[in-house]
Amino acid sequence: MSHNVYIYILVMAGVTYLIRMIPLVLAKKEIQNRFIKSFLYYVPYACLSAMTFPAILFATGSVISATIGFAVAVIAAYMEKSLIVVASFACAAVFIAERVMTLI
Amino acid sequence: MKQSYFKKGIKDGIPIGLGYFAVSFAFGIQAVKGGLTPFQAFLISLTNLTSAGQFAGVGVIFAAGTYWEMVLTQLIINARYCLMSFSISQKIMRDIPYAHRFGVAFGITDEIFGVSIAQEGKLSPYYSYGVMSMAIPGWSLGTLLGAVCGGIMPAMFVSALSVALYGMFLAVVIPPSKKNKAIRAVVLASMAMASLFKIIPVLDKNVSSGFMIIIVTIVVSVIAAIVCPVEEEENHES
Repeated sequence: MSHNVYIYILVMAGVTYLIRMIPLVLAKKEIQNRFIKSFLYYVPYACLSAMTFPAILFATGSVISATIGFAVAVIAAYMEKSLIVVASFACAAVFIAERVMTLI
Repeated sequence: MKQSYFKKGIKDGIPIGLGYFAVSFAFGIQAVKGGLTPFQAFLISLTNLTSAGQFAGVGVIFAAGTYWEMVLTQLIINARYCLMSFSISQKIMRDIPYAHRFGVAFGITDEIFGVSIAQEGKLSPYYSYGVMSMAIPGWSLGTLLGAVCGGIMPAMFVSALSVALYGMFLAVVIPPSKKNKAIRAVVLASMAMASLFKIIPVLDKNVSSGFMIIIVTIVVSVIAAIVCPVEEEENHES
């Protein structure tokens, strides 16, 4: 490592913060354009969905336990359980599935 | 009122903090393995508060890349925060001091954005601070613990905890999909398109996950905005 680690950290943190800060600080007015409003309305759903699937299938020790965790989370979310409940159910499902799998 | 927003934020922040703890633990182990000190690993997590960007960032450090490489890597991987920040700019309360925007901005992560956007009505900065008060310690202390005593946490717990964050995302996108056809189509289309990036070897190899998320988000949201523009009243609910 020939460069200074702390400068690296400063660069990382600086760039990351600017990306988060600039739009929020500059876009002060409420947008009136219907297309942009609609676009921004859909952004969170598209973004969160793209981050979740298929990534969730490769998040655990095996695709099988991850698929079970995914299925349980989908059902719990469909029943409109709170964030923490859905998250805990998914974790518990993966944990149980992996324990069962080691027994088989 | 401020207090109740803050409390609600803490409540929603607990699962995020726990999920972060598990993921950042892995980051701490990796950072120390590559030659960073536990303090440096902790400092990265405290100041960056992002997963993919940090993993890529220490990759640049270990490879002794240039500072410009670091800038570019962070720009590409974290560009999705730019979209989220823009989205939050429309959601945040209008009658609050301007300075709050600088504070809320620091906490724009995938997960905090997810819970923020799920709030009814406008977003209070105190809600964001409440979530951050759980998420930031979870993320940075998890890193420190992983760095100091990596390997102590059994792999089976790490494995189970790693789906926590995805579970939360599903809890954000699925309930509105039941009532709103357009949102349901957006959710399914985004998942399908993200899967294509994973299935097609050329795309899987050459497109980073951060960049894939940007492409999918923009393409799907633009199409949805053209096909199903939002009615005025609907937007107020969002």
